[in-house]
Amino acid sequence: MALRRILIANRGEIAVRIIRTCRKLNIETVLAASTADLDSVPAKLADRTICIGPARPGDSYLKVDTIVHAALATQSDAIHPGYGFLSERAALASLCEAQGVVFIGPTAAQIEAVGDKLRARLEAQAAGVPVVPGCAVSTIDEAMTAARDIGAPLLVKAVGGGGGRGLKRVDRLEELPSIMELAAAEAGAAFGDARVYLERFIASGRHVEVQILGDGKGRVIHLGERDCSVQRRYQKLVEETPAAGLSKSLRDALHSAAVRFCERLLYRGAGTVEFLVDRERESFHFLEMNARIQVEHPVTEAVTGVDLIAEQIAIAAGAGLSLSQSDIQVRGCAIECRVNAEDPTSDFRPSPGRVHEVTWPCEEGIRVDTYIASGSRVPPFYDSLMAKIIAHAPDRAAAVTRLRQAISSTRVAGIHTNLPFHAVALADPEFQAGGFDTGFVTRLLERSPLTMERARNG
Amino acid sequence: MSLTAADVAEIMRLVEQSNFDELTLEMDGIKLCLRRGTPAAVVGLPGEASPGASGVSAPGTGHTAAAATASSLPQPAANTVAAPADPNVYEVASPLLGTFYRAPKPGASPFVEVGSQVEEGTVVAIIEVMKLMNTVRAGVRGTVTEILVADGALAEYGETLLRVRKAG
Repeated sequence: MALRRILIANRGEIAVRIIRTCRKLNIETVLAASTADLDSVPAKLADRTICIGPARPGDSYLKVDTIVHAALATQSDAIHPGYGFLSERAALASLCEAQGVVFIGPTAAQIEAVGDKLRARLEAQAAGVPVVPGCAVSTIDEAMTAARDIGAPLLVKAVGGGGGRGLKRVDRLEELPSIMELAAAEAGAAFGDARVYLERFIASGRHVEVQILGDGKGRVIHLGERDCSVQRRYQKLVEETPAAGLSKSLRDALHSAAVRFCERLLYRGAGTVEFLVDRERESFHFLEMNARIQVEHPVTEAVTGVDLIAEQIAIAAGAGLSLSQSDIQVRGCAIECRVNAEDPTSDFRPSPGRVHEVTWPCEEGIRVDTYIASGSRVPPFYDSLMAKIIAHAPDRAAAVTRLRQAISSTRVAGIHTNLPFHAVALADPEFQAGGFDTGFVTRLLERSPLTMERARNG
Repeated sequence: MSLTAADVAEIMRLVEQSNFDELTLEMDGIKLCLRRGTPAAVVGLPGEASPGASGVSAPGTGHTAAAATASSLPQPAANTVAAPADPNVYEVASPLLGTFYRAPKPGASPFVEVGSQVEEGTVVAIIEVMKLMNTVRAGVRGTVTEILVADGALAEYGETLLRVRKAG
């Protein structure tokens, strides 16, 4: 069935991104927006914008019934959930299934299978994909016994968590009982699921993830990997593809592990399988799977030339995969910076507000995905992502140079941004060498705090 | 008299130099609120809900308070040039996005018609969200003067469903 009208249950840059592909495909868009986003750029670009509720996400973007009702009432054929919000809520996917609205994403059962981190671990093991040593625990005694086997340092993870949320580190086993209690209480409050599990903490790891597309019938292809090791408190700041300095055998092993994992689930749509790559041992472990489009998908689009949103839509419409594995050719290197409304010189404090004046870069090989124009507001109710600047070039060094130029030609007046952080990070010799682990940002901020201050003032 | 852009600039300068963080000035139907630090200075007419984050950054040629809000920033017209609402007319807004129904079930007589007398607690409509019925109450005592949404149509959050002229 060809989709004629899509309701976008999201906001910000990803809403703009989805509208762009819909326009290309001649699909009408209905934007479901909160009161805080009624005069946003995506609201102006969409064919129709409807107000679904007040600014607070719980009263608007997170209301499953309201979103599906809005889709039905506007005669939309499908819902695109973007990322975050309801994108990985099985409840939305299953209500869509029940109401005959196409959900642009995996099935509710697949979302459940990968959303429960413990189940995802089991699925990975069943697919022959290595997981980090660890196990589920329900009592403190059980946890202590397991922890002695795993060894410190270790992580207490919420079964319902993910993306860095619901995660606590234990350095000494004596701390485990109190940390586990706290973790379970927090997980119960945040995810409505107090179950936790333990995993070995791998000190030196690279975050490498594999983009996949599945037709829902067992055919799965990968579109290469992305290295997202530039993270602060588990939040990604810079992503690139290909991952620098991986041996061919390790790279191939990552790709095929991701494909195996998704084949077993008969995965439908776009998804990402995340791995922790152990630098010392040249080995890797499954972390989690994200059953949605990712923030950092543009780097993959840049090097493969594939429009991932268009592929999502085609798969959802029942057209299957238009590409085979041999169609996927990776050309050059792409790097993305997430421009956030936050102040890197004061502990990355959020800096929402009105952007009086903005100039985005327009150099060759640069793509900007954003919802911010001069006069736009960054509302305080949502995440601080304003824009993504993506540089594509024949090789990594050239991509870094392009991205640095693009960052230096970007002007944002009215609020603080983390652009000074990006300027310093991209100039750092360790970044330029590539292949570092997720401790990079901590090391960078230790050696360059003054540079950061200068970058902001200069 | 009304405030000119220069007046506003002068007042802002005075507040800047003072020990006060906030100033509210009401004169001749104009209300001027200035707040230090945050971009939350708001100029508006009485009765207008203050649009939280709209800043007075460029008063332009403004000779009136309304002109002072009309900076280059994109805003819905309703926020910038506020038509003074009739204080005796109450607008019943939709509390949810959903389907607007005027009657408790198909074929039943409507909760209210134009001309109906309502109390605060009178049910005036139903908003249905995925088969869940949510009652809408008048919220004011008076007479229904207008019903703006058609029965069975989609009502957005905050959309005006009906107008009620307040009782004496």
